Amino acid sequence: MSNNLSAPDPAELSSSVGSGSNNMGVELANERAQFLEMEEVNFTDNELVYHVRTALKSASSGDSESYDELIGVMHHRERLSPDEVAMLVTCLKALSGTVSCIDVVHHESLLSSIFGMSMWNYGPEVMDALVDLIISLAASSGKFVDSCLDMLIRNFVPPYSYLALLKQPRGLSRKDQVLSRVHSALESISHLVPLAPMRLLSLVIQRMPRQNDNETVMMTYVENMFKLESGSMGQLVGSTMLIAVVDRLLDLDLEIGWEDIVQDDSSKGIFEMELEDLEEDEEDLNDEGDELPGKHLSRNSLRGNVIAEKLDSLLVLTFEYLESCQGHGRLLEVFETLLHSFRITVLNAYKSKFAQFVMFYACALDPENCGVRFARMLVDIFVCHDHPPMTRMSAVAYLASYLSRGKFLSANYITTMLKRLVDWCLDYCNVQDGDVNPFAHRVFYAGCQAIMYVLCFRMTSIMSIPRLKSQLFLMPIETILKHKSDPLKVCLPSVVGEFLKQARAARLFTVTKTFIFDDILESELSRAFGGLERLDSFFPFDPCLLKKSDSFIRPNFIFWSMVKTTYDDDEDRDEDEEGSGDEDGEESVDGVGEDRRDRMATSFNEQDIDIEEFDYALNKMSITPKQSLMYKFGGGLEELVRMPSRIRPSTSPESL
Amino acid sequence: MEGLKVSDANLVVFLHPSKSNRVSKAVLHELSSHLFQFSEIFDGVLLAYDVDIVDRNAKLLSGIHPYIGVRLKAKLLLFSPKPNMLIEGNVVKLTPESIHVIVLGFASAVIIDEDVREEFEYRTKHGKEVYRSKAHRRHVIEVGTMVRFLVKSLDREILHICGSLEPSNTGSIHWLDQNFGELSLIDRSGTKRERENEMKMQEHAVVGGEEISLGNDQSKKSKKRRLREES
Repeated sequence: MSNNLSAPDPAELSSSVGSGSNNMGVELANERAQFLEMEEVNFTDNELVYHVRTALKSASSGDSESYDELIGVMHHRERLSPDEVAMLVTCLKALSGTVSCIDVVHHESLLSSIFGMSMWNYGPEVMDALVDLIISLAASSGKFVDSCLDMLIRNFVPPYSYLALLKQPRGLSRKDQVLSRVHSALESISHLVPLAPMRLLSLVIQRMPRQNDNETVMMTYVENMFKLESGSMGQLVGSTMLIAVVDRLLDLDLEIGWEDIVQDDSSKGIFEMELEDLEEDEEDLNDEGDELPGKHLSRNSLRGNVIAEKLDSLLVLTFEYLESCQGHGRLLEVFETLLHSFRITVLNAYKSKFAQFVMFYACALDPENCGVRFARMLVDIFVCHDHPPMTRMSAVAYLASYLSRGKFLSANYITTMLKRLVDWCLDYCNVQDGDVNPFAHRVFYAGCQAIMYVLCFRMTSIMSIPRLKSQLFLMPIETILKHKSDPLKVCLPSVVGEFLKQARAARLFTVTKTFIFDDILESELSRAFGGLERLDSFFPFDPCLLKKSDSFIRPNFIFWSMVKTTYDDDEDRDEDEEGSGDEDGEESVDGVGEDRRDRMATSFNEQDIDIEEFDYALNKMSITPKQSLMYKFGGGLEELVRMPSRIRPSTSPESL
Repeated sequence: MEGLKVSDANLVVFLHPSKSNRVSKAVLHELSSHLFQFSEIFDGVLLAYDVDIVDRNAKLLSGIHPYIGVRLKAKLLLFSPKPNMLIEGNVVKLTPESIHVIVLGFASAVIIDEDVREEFEYRTKHGKEVYRSKAHRRHVIEVGTMVRFLVKSLDREILHICGSLEPSNTGSIHWLDQNFGELSLIDRSGTKRERENEMKMQEHAVVGGEEISLGNDQSKKSKKRRLREES
C-alpha cells in the first residue's frame, strides 16, 4: 500500500537517525537511544510502523534480535522514567499499526507480554496507547478477540500490590482513569466486532472473584459489572451481569450458616429472647444505635464474620446501583431481570437470609411498579398448580413477609393481595374435605399462615380505613380457618396466637375452642407441614442483620415494635381484666414508650406522610394507648425498648 | 451479495419432557440457540428460520427422561461466506493500516492495507479519514460507506472475515454501481475484440439476467458478470 512504499528502507532509516550503522540488529540494540532521537528528528508514524513491522517479520523468519528488544521495552514495569514512558508509548503505537503482522505462533512472547500488562501500573499516555493497541488487535483477527477481552477484564481490578492505594485519592483517580478506558475499549471492540459481547459474557463470569477472594477485589469487580450493565452494551450483557451478581450474593449468603447467627439457648423462649436486656456496646453506639434487641444479639454473633462483611458491602453496592438506576429512570427494566433471577434462584434457595433484600430495596424504591410486580409474581406462583409445592410455599412465605414488612405498601394494596390469598384458600376448602393432614395440605396451611401473619402486622391499618375494613370483614377468613383441615392447629402457634388475639380485639371473629400455646414456638404439626425445609417458620424479610445494608432497609421497614395491634386499645380500656404475661415487661418501660410516641409524631411531621402513616398517626391521636410502643426509626442513640411482642417467629432460630 | 442462501431442512428437535406443555415455544427456543453461530451441519451461520411442525405425533426417545422428538420442516436463511466470494458490508473504521467492515450487522471483517489495491490511498481530510482512489477521484471509501469485497478467509468461531479489495470490482458499492460500465472500458483497456465480447455479455445479462445469478462458480466468472450479478 501507499504508506508502505513511502516509508524509507532500513538503511535510510538508520542513517537518518544518525546511528552511523546500516545494520538493523545493531540499530535496534540501541533502540532506546534511537527512539528518543527519532522524536528529535521527527520520525513519522509510518516510518515507525515500518520499523516494527520489519522486526516482526524478521522474528517470523528466525532473526529475533530486534524482536527481543521490542519485548524488552514492554517489560519495563516499575517507576518508568519519562524516557522509558515515551519509548513504551512509541512502541505500543507502532505495534497498533502493525497488528496485521502479529502472528499467534511466531509472536507468542510479544503477545503474552502485551496481554500481561496491567494498566494500573502506568500513566494515562501508556494506558491510551495500550488500549489502542488492544482494540486494533481485537479487530484485526478473530484469534485475538478472546485474549483482548480477557486482558481488559483482568484490568477490572488492580494488582494486589495496588489494593491499599485504592482508599487514597491518588488511587481513586487512577481507578477512574483505568476503568473509563477499559470500558470505552470494550465498547469500541463491540462496535468493531459485533459478536464480541457474546464472548465477553462468559469471560466476565469466569473471571468473577469467588466467595473467598479479597473484599476490595470483589467490590471493584462487581462495580465493573454494573458499569457494563448500564453501559452501551447493557442490552446485550446487562441481564447476565445482574443475575451473576445476585448469584454471588446468594453464594455468600449460603456460606453463612444458620449456626453463625442463631444463639442456641434453648432455655429461653421466643418472647424472652425479645425481652432480652439490651446492652449497647460502644461500637454500636457510634452507629445508628437504634437496633432491636433480638437483632442486636444476633448481629453480635455475625461480627467478625468476613463473609458476612463481604456480603454486607456487596449488598450496599447493589442497593446504590439500584438507586442510580432509578435516577436514570431504568429501574423497572433492571427490576424485570432481578425478578427473573429471583424466581429461578433465590426463591428456591434453602432459606436464603439476605440476598432477598435486593428485591425488597428495589420494591421500596418504586413501590407503584416494582413493589406491585413483586407481590403479584409471588401470589401468581402461589396459586398456580404447575409449580412444585415447595416453590409455592416459599413464594407465599415471601409474600407474607413482604406484605408485612414493606412500609411502602399501601393498606389498600395489601388488602387486595390478601383477598387473592383468601380466595384461593376458599377454593381449596371447597374442593378438599380431609382431616388434619400437615403434609397433604401443606400449601393450604402455608397460605393460611401467610394470611394470619400479614393480618398480625396490618390488621390495625386495614381497620382504620372504613372501606378496607368492610372488605376485610367480608372475606371468608372464618370459613377457611374453621375448615375441617384445621389450619389453626397446624400453623405456627406463635402466629396463630397473636392473630387470634388481634382478631378477637377487632371482632373479626372469635373461636370457641381455647388455644393454649404457652409460648410454644412451634408445634409438631407445624413442623410437619413445613417439611424438612421448615417452610412453616420461614419469614424471609425479617430484620436484616447486616449492619450497612440495614441502614438502607430500615427506613422502609416495619419492625414488629412499630406495629400497633388491635388489642392495644382494648388493653388500655380494660387493663385490669386483660392481664398477660408480657405486660410486665411493657410496664417497666412505659415512660420511654410515651416519650417515643411523641418523637414519632414529630418525625411524622418532618417527613412526607403517606396515607398509611397518616392513618397510623390519626389512630394515635384518638386514644393515647399507654401500652403501644412505637418505634422511632432513624432516631439517635436512644435506649431501646423492650418489646412486648407475642409474635416474633422471626427470632425463632429457624426463621430469622 | 453472495454467501446468502435459503435451505429447506427436515429437522428433528429433541425436547426435554418438562417442555412438553409448550412444544412450539421450546422448538423456537432450540432453533434460536443456533442463531448467529457457525454450524457445521448447516455449513453456515443461521440468520433466520421459518418453521412448521410436520407431525403432531412426536417420537419418544426412551431413557430416564423420555425426550420428545418433534419433526419439523424449516426454511433456514444461512450465511456461509467462502473464500473468493464477494460480500458486502458497512465500513465502521478506517486506519492507515486497515479497513474495518461489518457484514450484515453481526460479522466483523477486516481488510488490511496489504490487501487494498494500490489504487487506493489513505488520507485524512478535515479530520475525516478516507481511502480515495487515485484513478477515480470520486471513488471514496469512508466510514459509513457500503463496500463490496472479496472473502479471503473466515474465522468460524467468532465469525471474523478477512477480506480483500484487490480485484477491481471491489470497493464502494455506490460508486461501482454507477460506474461499472465506465470502469470496464478504462480498466480493461484490452483489444477491441475483448470489448465487443463484453458488450455482448452485457446484452446477454440484460436478457437473461436471472439465470446468471443462479450460478455458483465464482472463481471462473468474469469480473463483469460478477458485477452484474451484484447490481
